[in-house]
Amino acid sequence: MLSLRNLHARVGEREILKGLSLEVPAGEVHAVMGPNGAGKSTLSYVLTGRPGYEVTEGAAELDGVDLLGLEANERAAQGLFLSFQYPLEIPGVPALTFIRTALNAQRRARGEAEMSAPDFLKRARACAADLRMDFDMLKRPLNVGFSGGEKKRMEVLQMALLSPRFMILDETDSGLDIDALRIVSEGVNALRAPDRSMLVITHYQRLLDYIRPDRVHVLADGRIVASGGPEMALELEREGYDKYARAA
Amino acid sequence: MVAVKDTVEQVAGLEKYEHGFVTEIEQEFAPKGLDRDTVAFISRKKDEPEWMLAWRLEAFERWSAMESPEWARVSFPPIDYQDATYYAAPKTGNGPASLDEVDPELLKTYEKLGIPLREQEVLAGVTGAPRYAVDAVFDSVSVVTTFKKELAEAGVIFCSMSEAVREHPELVRKYLGTVVPVTDNFFACLNSAVFSDGSFVYVPPGVRCPMELSTYFRINAAGSGQFERTLIIADKGAYVSYLEGCTAPMRDENQLHAAVVELVALEDAEIKYSTVQNWYPGDPETGKGGIYNFVTKRADCRGDRSRVSWTQVETGSAITWKYPSCVLRGRDSVGEFYSIAITNGRQQADTGTKMIHLGEGTRSRIISKGISAGRSSNTYRGLVSAHPKAKGARNFTQCDSLLIGKTCSAHTVPYIEARNGACTFEHEATTTRLSEDQLFYAQQRGLSEEEAVQLLVNGFVRDVLQELPMEFAVEAQKLVAISLEGSVG
Repeated sequence: MLSLRNLHARVGEREILKGLSLEVPAGEVHAVMGPNGAGKSTLSYVLTGRPGYEVTEGAAELDGVDLLGLEANERAAQGLFLSFQYPLEIPGVPALTFIRTALNAQRRARGEAEMSAPDFLKRARACAADLRMDFDMLKRPLNVGFSGGEKKRMEVLQMALLSPRFMILDETDSGLDIDALRIVSEGVNALRAPDRSMLVITHYQRLLDYIRPDRVHVLADGRIVASGGPEMALELEREGYDKYARAA
Repeated sequence: MVAVKDTVEQVAGLEKYEHGFVTEIEQEFAPKGLDRDTVAFISRKKDEPEWMLAWRLEAFERWSAMESPEWARVSFPPIDYQDATYYAAPKTGNGPASLDEVDPELLKTYEKLGIPLREQEVLAGVTGAPRYAVDAVFDSVSVVTTFKKELAEAGVIFCSMSEAVREHPELVRKYLGTVVPVTDNFFACLNSAVFSDGSFVYVPPGVRCPMELSTYFRINAAGSGQFERTLIIADKGAYVSYLEGCTAPMRDENQLHAAVVELVALEDAEIKYSTVQNWYPGDPETGKGGIYNFVTKRADCRGDRSRVSWTQVETGSAITWKYPSCVLRGRDSVGEFYSIAITNGRQQADTGTKMIHLGEGTRSRIISKGISAGRSSNTYRGLVSAHPKAKGARNFTQCDSLLIGKTCSAHTVPYIEARNGACTFEHEATTTRLSEDQLFYAQQRGLSEEEAVQLLVNGFVRDVLQELPMEFAVEAQKLVAISLEGSVG
């Protein structure tokens, strides 16, 4: 599914990823943990093609397709989705309009027929109900005046409606209380499927109690420095990142 | 907001300035230059009565002694008023004829512009298709006015200004120049001397005009200006909604458009006036060519509880200089101004409004959205004033500017004068840059950069688009998208 080989990337003059390699097979959920400043958010932006994040070396492929040669929106059409750590507010654009416009842009890019308004609304209603969101919220301008928890729920709702193949969750647990965390996690877990993979980026182990990873990787100083099973998250929680930060 | 979607879908196939073509047609011109003879020539061409010619000549004398205003934040080389033509008309079109008599080339032009001139086509259109009467002004003359008969049955007069001068002199003499006096300003005075055509609307007491009225202005001839004059009167308790649209061919020289629009609202009357202005903006790289849009628009809320709203979507013109205003004379009268002004390339806009509160309990509302891109300059200039007698006057102003890119500029110049202690004026203003974070967020969801800009901009201008008549809102949204093409990256 996702294959990263010896990825080097910089922002301005500063090299942040320094030879990162990672394989996420289809159907698996991998967690990337690490100390602040290790390059976790940079990894998510490099993969999704944010302007200003320059890849200087290495390769990134999704199902054999070279991601690095594609624009951000083309990567999205390939099925790559990033749940933002800090979702943006879009004044004047109702959430439903935003998501439907995005969905149909992706479908057009893939040569698929656009989804009709009634079909879209039906799906949106169902997804909102699953996430226990008031449907009227979807008629409001996207994320404007939403609480941190509401914004994260909106991210998961977008994810469900766009149904990507590969999802990156960047600190999705930050700003969530325990109830919201459970609902959001249920929403994410419902999307687990044999043909889908996820990269869960988190600082704390807490989220992984809800979204159980198949593998855990430690990212320190721009590289994956250790990998292990789900139990590794607990160990990191107990012992901290110190020894990895030193190793890096 | 399905329209947002439509815009994004439809815009891909559109040319940058799709109205830039020239109609090949035989035209009749006034001799180049401007003097008393030119004024007399125009008056004669229009078969005007003596009093109209006298009015024009008086205006010409006054104008000759005036100087072009220089306070606006726009710059352009001095205009040689002797190097222009003040009258150009299709040879076949001597005043509104029936549609059968109109030159087929002209009909084709309007077809190409998407303006419905054939009533039966409008009527036979699909369900929900816009149904509105059109006065089509081509250079200096009105080519045709549709739905006149049906409107006449309702008592509404909708005709070209030339026809009104001949057929309804009592109304024209009673109201012409009473809102914008002849000597109001340099360009209005010039217009008073040489105005060629425009629309005239009179809605009698208690009548709600049965359909949208619109005028479509087209400048075609080279080296000519357009000086139209529009006068709309809503008598006691009447209602009318009116829309004007404007386009011109792409030409290398600048062309002057100096119009005057006067609105009169009597007791309990309401006028909604919408503009979608898409004059040729000039070459985006060199700034060559384009229309100088120097326009005076003013409404007089003469009667108690009268109401006027201006809604404008300004995307074209090399230079825009216009301030649609409301004089709130009647007690409890209401003035509104909703504006989207977009500048791209080398365009310059200095636009805004004036709300003059004279009567007690008068209210006004200003929502202005300025968008600058490319190397353009966009200024909002607005005056809100309250006379000593305007006790209880209220104004709310919201003035937002959006910058796209790093080489454009936005300016806000509000003037607020309260000459009594019992009025409430609120002013809010913001300036933001189209955020790269928002753009990336939208792109990550699958929108191309261009689509992302369109969506964000449509969000920014939404408050104003909602004020436009529905069928024009979609049109305006398309226009917004087109005028911002190529503004990023």
